[in-house]
Amino acid sequence: MTKLDSKIPSGALKDKWTNYKNNINLVNPANKRLIDVIVVGTGLAGGSAAATLAELGYNVKAFAFQDSPRRAHSIAAQGGINAAKNYQGDGDSIYRLFYDTVKGGDYRAREANVYRLAEVSANIIDQCVAQGVPFARDYGGLLDNRSFGGVLVSRTFYAKGQTGQQLLLGAYSAMNRQISRGKIKMYNRHEMMDVVIVDGKARGIITRDLVTGKIERHGAHAVVVGSGGYGNIFFLSTNAMGSNASAAWKIHKKGAYFANPCFTQIHPTCIPVAGELQAKLTLMSESLRNDGRIWVPKNMDDVKAIRAGQLKPTQIPEENRDYYLERRYPAFGNLVPRDVASRAAKERCDAGYGVNATGQAVYLDFASAIERYGKETAHVQGLDENDKALVTKLGKQVIENKYGNLFQMYEKIVDENPYETPMMIYPAVHYTMGGIWVDYNLMTTVPGLYAIGEANFSDHGANRLGASALMQGLADGYFVLPYTIGDYLADDIRTGPISTDHPAFAEAEKEVVDRLEHFINNKGTKSVDTFHRKLGLIMWNKCGMARNKEGLTSAIEEIKVLREEFWKEVRVPGGMNEFNDELAKAGRVADYLELAELFAKDALHREESCGGHFREESQSEEGEAKRDDENFKYAAVWEYTGNPGEAILHKEDLVYENIELKTRSYK
Amino acid sequence: MNLTLKIWRQKNANDKGSMVDYQISDVSPDMSFLEMLDVLNEDLITKDEEPVAFDHDCREGICGMCSLHINGEPHGPDKGITTCQLHMRSFKNGDTIYIEPFRAKAFPIIKDLIVDRSAFERIQQSGGYVSVNTSGNTQDANAIPVPKEDADMAFDAATCIGCGACVAACKNSSAMLFTSAKVSQFALLPQGKVEAKKRVQDMVAQMDAEGFGNCSNTGACEAECPKGISLENIARLNRELIKAKTAVKH
Ligand SMILES: Cc1cc2nc3c(=O)[nH]c(=O)nc-3n(C[C@H](O)[C@H](O)[C@H](O)COP(=O)(O)OP(=O)(O)OC[C@H]3O[C@@H](n4cnc5c(N)ncnc54)[C@H](O)[C@@H]3O)c2cc1C
Ligand code: SF4
Ligand code: FES
Repeated sequence: MTKLDSKIPSGALKDKWTNYKNNINLVNPANKRLIDVIVVGTGLAGGSAAATLAELGYNVKAFAFQDSPRRAHSIAAQGGINAAKNYQGDGDSIYRLFYDTVKGGDYRAREANVYRLAEVSANIIDQCVAQGVPFARDYGGLLDNRSFGGVLVSRTFYAKGQTGQQLLLGAYSAMNRQISRGKIKMYNRHEMMDVVIVDGKARGIITRDLVTGKIERHGAHAVVVGSGGYGNIFFLSTNAMGSNASAAWKIHKKGAYFANPCFTQIHPTCIPVAGELQAKLTLMSESLRNDGRIWVPKNMDDVKAIRAGQLKPTQIPEENRDYYLERRYPAFGNLVPRDVASRAAKERCDAGYGVNATGQAVYLDFASAIERYGKETAHVQGLDENDKALVTKLGKQVIENKYGNLFQMYEKIVDENPYETPMMIYPAVHYTMGGIWVDYNLMTTVPGLYAIGEANFSDHGANRLGASALMQGLADGYFVLPYTIGDYLADDIRTGPISTDHPAFAEAEKEVVDRLEHFINNKGTKSVDTFHRKLGLIMWNKCGMARNKEGLTSAIEEIKVLREEFWKEVRVPGGMNEFNDELAKAGRVADYLELAELFAKDALHREESCGGHFREESQSEEGEAKRDDENFKYAAVWEYTGNPGEAILHKEDLVYENIELKTRSYK
Repeated sequence: MNLTLKIWRQKNANDKGSMVDYQISDVSPDMSFLEMLDVLNEDLITKDEEPVAFDHDCREGICGMCSLHINGEPHGPDKGITTCQLHMRSFKNGDTIYIEPFRAKAFPIIKDLIVDRSAFERIQQSGGYVSVNTSGNTQDANAIPVPKEDADMAFDAATCIGCGACVAACKNSSAMLFTSAKVSQFALLPQGKVEAKKRVQDMVAQMDAEGFGNCSNTGACEAECPKGISLENIARLNRELIKAKTAVKH
């Protein structure tokens, strides 16, 4: 247990961060020039960290596997970013954002970290606006807000359905400024293959140039990993195709503990799976739940008629529709948190009320919003509120303004017009709350090795609220890590450049090359994707929205068998010293096959339901999740010992001094 | 459906490259174009042949990673979408589909259908930013109201995904639409005005240095741009450039 020191500063919650910042060691500007920092990943977390570290004076080397920092997976975030600005005057505050986040996470996050996140959130918006990020504005020229699930205020800032894109372009532009000044050296199309530990400290990484295949060594005084989440362990998810767990898994194997691997977010509003050859799933932003109402038919006959194509959803009268979220959770209605909304959809579909051919879809309906907005607009413009055609037309314009690109995206994929007929949606894997364990400084259990953004486990507990990942990524990168890292680097001002001739580099490089050679020479019978798809099915069926002891136990066995088969049978065409996508994929799937076992093991050990982790054995009579604070009020932190199945469990007890633990209720 | 694919294969930057024919069957109209290529690749791997290399990541039209010239058009036949958003229902049984990389001197081929777009990176690095420190000492976001109309126009310009289709569509391989989108975003916002003059000159100079051609106003870029970036941005860039140059003279 010695290693698990969360380093939470003492003092009152609201003063912790300020006092701490005032007291940590700093590196003076002249000395920063003597220090090199590696940043792996240039999404919102890595990109903002790289820019700020460079601006402070450190020499930064940044790495991404895409051909530009601008293409990191953060680009795909749609709905928005939270900040406790209280511009709407609806009673928002730092405390309320903090409270909502801890409650939303089902009381499995660390108070001090979450409070700091809420505290710096407002500044993120200032920062982004100063960079020229074009957030949505109202007619008075001020910033506009919308609401997201699990909260009762409007604190989400957005740029149509493309918030992540605009925020990432902001961080990218800040990086570009530093690249042009020579303070960041950017390595695009480079994959980190391993971290190098010298005398117990992270001192560099081994990379592979994805164009030439060249293996390279890079030394630095500290290594920051902002490599994103591991949702693609399920094969089908809303994550970008290249998103992967490898950087996080590699550092785990070198000593960084992994926390709560089973905490996965399954997002309620995604386009349902269409066919067996599907490669990825598409999210329909949570912002749509501001205006869309979710329902399935009340009567089984209607369900059957719909599936047989004899009935259209628009023909079902109001009284025969079951708006099940509004029915079960009157206080929050369609805006319950994601985990709750997803399980409710599953419950209806499991009961047989799913509305597409596979029985795995529910409706997200905009008809009442179109009518409401249409009437409002007609009223404002002095037009006839009773002219149905006019009202519909005006209402559709409002909806188009708000969600145009999402509706277009839906129509392109499904080939149906969502302005005319309700969307069909179903939950899909979206985000991973679990990740590398970090202390208050965002340092892992390996000195000099940091994890930020979705790659770490902090802040979101067992369930993340919408629009809070972007907030966390930018908070970590712009405002937290650049300061906390100074505390560690202050001891390194006299170290001098890190030589890559140390035997630790040679050793790490050899391991990397050996593994790549194995893949190329293996000449098995099955493609990498074959294994990834199989793994995805095991994970979805047994470690997905509902989990139980029997399923998890058999998942562990199946994963082991699949992993063995993978190493024997995988086929990777082409060579090592060239662009070879299959080779890159093989490495990532190999890592998923190990992480998956730890994931299932973690889910099996946590015999409670909390947030996104629903154990069927632990539920109330109404089917609501039942948390067990007495036995599980801790972060499960796993130490690697050579085999994922034999990982050692450490517990970080979560102490709540400022929030009373309650049963989470959205009724 | 059954299709004939004619695909550009090129081992690396130095290889000459050529079109190669492939037959593919049982393609479902609901499949995306890239899923169709996934199926082809799966088949090639089982036959111990090298799969076709192509760029992609988000597969929802936002990251700008995917490219492809399909039947002579960047991002294929449908308007307003990227290749990854193209679905097979846009084709019919028996079709022959030509698949090539984006072609431009400034975008050298890396392998098969993958091109090197780092010239775009260098254009952005030459001035595509507001020089503000990210340390958090900024004024309140609502201190400077921005008229909604300007904010919306800036947003429209900022939706460029940096895919390079505009360059591939242009007979001169000009990067004007791409460059003008960034210049416009900042020119329209108060935050970007301070450095406007230097920015436009530096970015245009870098664009020229990268070997992109001149803009002769054919509008092919706008027609093929998946994000509907409008030619008005090029007009705005030209105005900004004139403003900057006249300002420098006196
Ligand atoms: C469709 C979708 C919509 C979303 N919408 C929202 C939203 O509206 N609001 C919100 O708050 N959150 C949203 N999220 C979640 C949010 O987008 C992500 O959690 C967040 O962007 C993650 O940022 P990141 O910087 O941690 O990682 P990423 O953006 O995933 O970046 C990872 C980086 O690491 C690099 N990398 C990874 N592995 C390696 C390696 N081995 N070597 C080198 N480089 C590597 C990649 O190249 C990339 O640069 C959404 C997520 C999805 C999938
Ligand atoms: S202007 Fe359009 S076509 Fe050109 S890079 Fe941007 S999005 Fe692509
Ligand atoms: S893969 Fe991202 S835009 Fe096509």
